[in-house]
Amino acid sequence: MPELVLAEAETNPFLPAIYDITWSLVVLLVVMVFFVRFAIPRFRQILDDRAEAIEGNIAKADDAQRKAEAALEQYTAQLAEARIEAGQIREQARADGQQILAELREQASSEAARITATAKVQIEAERQAAVLSLRSEVGSLAIDLASGVIGESLNDDARASAMVDRFLADIESSENAAPSAGKN
Amino acid sequence: MITAANLLIPMASDGEFHAPGISEFLGLPALFFEGTPFEINRIILVRLVAIAVMMLLFWLALRKPSLIPGRNQSIAELALGFVQVQIADQILGKEMGRRYLPLLAGLFFGILAMNVTGVVPFMNISGTSIIAMPLLLGLVAYVVFIYAGIKGVGAGKFFKNSLFPAGVPWPIYILLAPIEFINIFIVRPLSLALRLLLNMMVGHLLLVLCFSATNFFFFTAGGWASLFGVGTLAFGFIFTFVEFAVYILQAYIFTLLTAVYVQQAVAEEH
Repeated sequence: MPELVLAEAETNPFLPAIYDITWSLVVLLVVMVFFVRFAIPRFRQILDDRAEAIEGNIAKADDAQRKAEAALEQYTAQLAEARIEAGQIREQARADGQQILAELREQASSEAARITATAKVQIEAERQAAVLSLRSEVGSLAIDLASGVIGESLNDDARASAMVDRFLADIESSENAAPSAGKN
Repeated sequence: MITAANLLIPMASDGEFHAPGISEFLGLPALFFEGTPFEINRIILVRLVAIAVMMLLFWLALRKPSLIPGRNQSIAELALGFVQVQIADQILGKEMGRRYLPLLAGLFFGILAMNVTGVVPFMNISGTSIIAMPLLLGLVAYVVFIYAGIKGVGAGKFFKNSLFPAGVPWPIYILLAPIEFINIFIVRPLSLALRLLLNMMVGHLLLVLCFSATNFFFFTAGGWASLFGVGTLAFGFIFTFVEFAVYILQAYIFTLLTAVYVQQAVAEEH
């Protein structure tokens, strides 16, 4: 039977020879194994790796951009904060300065007032002292002068001092009346 | 077809010009293992060399895969991508296409490699131009689409869908079922095998005819007949390119039809 097939196969192109079938099977098996086990898995691996790499890079870039944006936002916020803080500090300084200035001014004016008051008191005291000394000196001088003029001894101390006191009281009352009359 | 093929048997009658015939393919002297089931003649050798070279090229291109492909890897990716996109994904969809891609790629590049030897100098014959290879490939397609159908929708539904297509009034089935049976379960694998085989045989005969005629006109006939030789040489030249296109086309058609048969087998309704 195989001989018959072989003989037939010599002239009929549609009858396969045994060795033709053998080698066709071998070829088919080898090619299929090659594509199933090597070519297609490798091809898919390449495509998958590439897709993964591209996705990875995109994700990395996204991440970097997000980070950069966050940093920028943070810096902007910090900058705004710093500006506000600087403004506050400036404001504070100005307020402080004004307060210090006002305090100093007040201090100076109160000092000045105090000095003025002290001076007035001192002047008053000196005036009083001057009046007192003048009163005694003017009294004795006037009595000396008057006793010389009228020739009458006014050595009687009691009478003399009473007369001087009366005289000075007259002067004082006229002094006190004159400014009030001047005002009128 | 048998008679058509018989016409190709050598016409060694006129003693001057021997037109190429069936002896181009059959009864070739054995090169190795004569008389055994492992006998190797010229066409078998061409077949083995063709797939060895094809696999070597793929192996070299994909040996060290890189994210940024070199020239060889790009070409290999382009070639595999063609089968993936144009055949597997387009006909079967993403999910099924993924499962059947290794088979379809194996069919396409196996057939292509064995076809292309028809225009490779010193080989000059296609590995698919003797019957067993196309027949076996047809058988593979046959087994695969029946397997896909039974696995995809169940044996009962697969045969029902195949033999009793929906949307036909029932009396028609008396006529339609046998026709569908012959069409799907007999004609499909045979037509795949014979389409490939005859394209390769006829293509080879055409080329041999052109070049042997050129040889005859130039060196045997001589004189004014040499002018005819110019014409036949030009035809041979043109047909070489035509054949190259046919080799690619036949590999594509075979693979595409296998995918279509699988797709039809797993479809819920025809």
